[in-house]
Amino acid sequence: MATLNSIKNMYGICSHAIRQTTGLRAAKLIQQRAFRVNGALRQQPFDSSEEKPQFPGASAEFIDHLEFIQPNVISGIPVYRVMDRAGKIINPSEDPQLSKEQVLNFYQKMTLLNTMDRILYESQRQGRISFYMTNYGEEGTHIGSAAALDPRDLVFGQYREAGVLMYRGFPLDLFMAQCYANVDDLGKGRQMPVHYGSKDLNFVTISSPLATQIPQAAGAAYAAKRENTNRAVICYFGEGAASEGDAHAGFNFSATLECPLIFFCRNNGYAISTPTNEQYRGDGIAARGPGYGMMSIRVDGNDVFAVYNATKEARRRAVAENQPFLIEAMTYRIGHHSTSDDSSAYRSVDEVNYWDKQDHPISRLRHYMTARSWWSEEDERSWRKQSRKMVMEAFEKAEKRHKPHPDLMFSDVYEEMTPNLVKQKEAMWRHVQQYKEHYPLDAYAK
Amino acid sequence: NNQDKIKLERAGIALWSLLSKKRSPTTKMNLFQSVTSALDNTLASDPTAVIFGEDVAFGGVFRCTVGLRDKYGKDRVFNTPLCEQGIVGFGIGAAVAGATAIAEIQFADYIYPAFDQIVNEAAKYRYRSGNLFDCGNLTIRAPWGCVGHGSLYHSQSPEAFFAHCPGIKVVIPRGPVQCKGLLLSCIADQNPCIFFEPKILYRAAVEQVPTEAYTIPLSQAEVIQEGSDVTLVAWGTQIHVLREVANMAQEKLGVSCELIDLQTILPWDTETVCKSVAKTGRLLISHEAPITGGFAAEISSTVQEECFLNLEAPIARVCGYDTPFPHIFEPFYIPDKWKCFDAVKKLISF
Repeated sequence: MATLNSIKNMYGICSHAIRQTTGLRAAKLIQQRAFRVNGALRQQPFDSSEEKPQFPGASAEFIDHLEFIQPNVISGIPVYRVMDRAGKIINPSEDPQLSKEQVLNFYQKMTLLNTMDRILYESQRQGRISFYMTNYGEEGTHIGSAAALDPRDLVFGQYREAGVLMYRGFPLDLFMAQCYANVDDLGKGRQMPVHYGSKDLNFVTISSPLATQIPQAAGAAYAAKRENTNRAVICYFGEGAASEGDAHAGFNFSATLECPLIFFCRNNGYAISTPTNEQYRGDGIAARGPGYGMMSIRVDGNDVFAVYNATKEARRRAVAENQPFLIEAMTYRIGHHSTSDDSSAYRSVDEVNYWDKQDHPISRLRHYMTARSWWSEEDERSWRKQSRKMVMEAFEKAEKRHKPHPDLMFSDVYEEMTPNLVKQKEAMWRHVQQYKEHYPLDAYAK
Repeated sequence: NNQDKIKLERAGIALWSLLSKKRSPTTKMNLFQSVTSALDNTLASDPTAVIFGEDVAFGGVFRCTVGLRDKYGKDRVFNTPLCEQGIVGFGIGAAVAGATAIAEIQFADYIYPAFDQIVNEAAKYRYRSGNLFDCGNLTIRAPWGCVGHGSLYHSQSPEAFFAHCPGIKVVIPRGPVQCKGLLLSCIADQNPCIFFEPKILYRAAVEQVPTEAYTIPLSQAEVIQEGSDVTLVAWGTQIHVLREVANMAQEKLGVSCELIDLQTILPWDTETVCKSVAKTGRLLISHEAPITGGFAAEISSTVQEECFLNLEAPIARVCGYDTPFPHIFEPFYIPDKWKCFDAVKKLISF
């Protein structure tokens, strides 16, 4: 019934038509699915004796008066949450009732990420690494969703999902190695900082172009479906990236090709300096889902349990029913877009402070924990000290490591070394040998 | 060393495919049938292989996928929505997840929406991930080249755009036998490949093609006809034009032409071409695509670097004009045999 009302509100169509359509929905679905088996046939039985429209392109009733559908952005799709801003459970039946161990793990992963962010952001300011992007305010979206997945599920990210990798166990040393582009970097020093990847942890390497991962995730999910090993794919992207053509492509393909895929949109209010009211005019990203025939939900991204519950259910059904799910996690980007950005140029300090102080995923979870006496002031103090020490140790170690051998500039372009690259590599070394005082060879592995 | 290893490997593959061609039965096939045959072999032997794109389910607008959906199932040969960036993006993802993904773009003229996915993603997947991930299992196929009436958007030869992109391979066959072997090589190759199929040859080119699978090595140009006076280089349809030109040159000028089919545009076989020009001292390169920035420019530049002192005349390029591909003016636009013959005359008399 709630869904009914929200559809009514969204589209402002008269209730009679809605009731009829919804009532018939289940039956129609079955009808439509039966016809997908023989894709070459018509999409519905052709019967012109009926008054019902016979068009192959839509399943609908006739209407005899002119009425435009009014998009409703004032009261849009509601935001699902489990905890209030003070970390108190609202509806006890929605509490996932995770164990103390699990909840502590959530908290520690979120805070460890936060600590690593602070230190690496600083290190860029000091000229130690070239670039960094923080995850401030969005830790809940990472940890809540990562915890709801199977470790074998393939993750396609955008660039602000380091917490997913952290949750899965990517060591601090390897985060640092990638940011420092040192000899331990799994990516062999080829990409800018925060472009992480891990084959072991099923986290596909990040690339800078936005939204390119969205149709790729659909393809990967299709392949996973054919493998039939109960594997899902999750695809993260921001509300800005959702404007790209690739997003439309990915949504449409995943729905038509019936892929076991979770689309997870982090709607954090800004795409660099562009606020959401300049990014879209509709009701966010979740409202686009139904346009593709996709199951959709909007959640409070700063509520780690809401994120967890939604992702868990989406995953279960995506795999069981071979259809994509769209989760729009509302959150706020507390930090700047990156170290190349100063967000005070386009938003007020007051706005940022509100989210930092009044609605933060980490503090909300902490309140949940302290209310159950799972976490004390002493625990907080000692964990802060310990996590900072862990990060600093990894940091200091990474600083001292060499950069990868320059031969690695030429490998992996193709699976094999091609003749032209062999020649170019030899030419480079001949040149560098002759002009060696102009090249920083000492910093690189021999 | 590496070079010798590659040469030995190629010799071995060439010999093996020659022998296996002799052993295996052949059937008369045109170009689109040779594509179907390659795809059929692939779907039969590789359970992860899937073929997708616009209209492939009913057999494809050029009939390249006829019968495959019925034979192998709707989950393996399927239509996608009308969206090239989606087709290639989807293909990349499927390949990354381990499937052999064969994507069809309906006309090479429509490949540009997928340019970002091809250049920024597919080509760079292995390199940027430090070899943790790759989409080597991806092959993109597209009909290519002039067809008599195709005009701006059904005639293009976009290989030059992709030649500038390290990380992908670009392959163009001249006939059914090459088509099947090269396509199978692309599918087997562990790098993302773009395979352009000369659409004018889909029906027109007919050869005896082995029914079983075989491969023709990539990045290996083929000397189709040996000669001593002029080297002619082309790929795809233009090979047949130059074959005629070679005959005309022999008959009317007594000039002996060496004809080379480049086959793989990227990475291209510089050794075979340079060896030939070192022998003949004269080079003509011909393609339908516009002359400025066309792939002949790359060949010309490399050959003048490697063979400068061997050259008896400036390298000739006979290509399309720097205009969009016209409709009614096609007979004037294309690098026909008369234009190529005239260029050979100029090379000889320089």
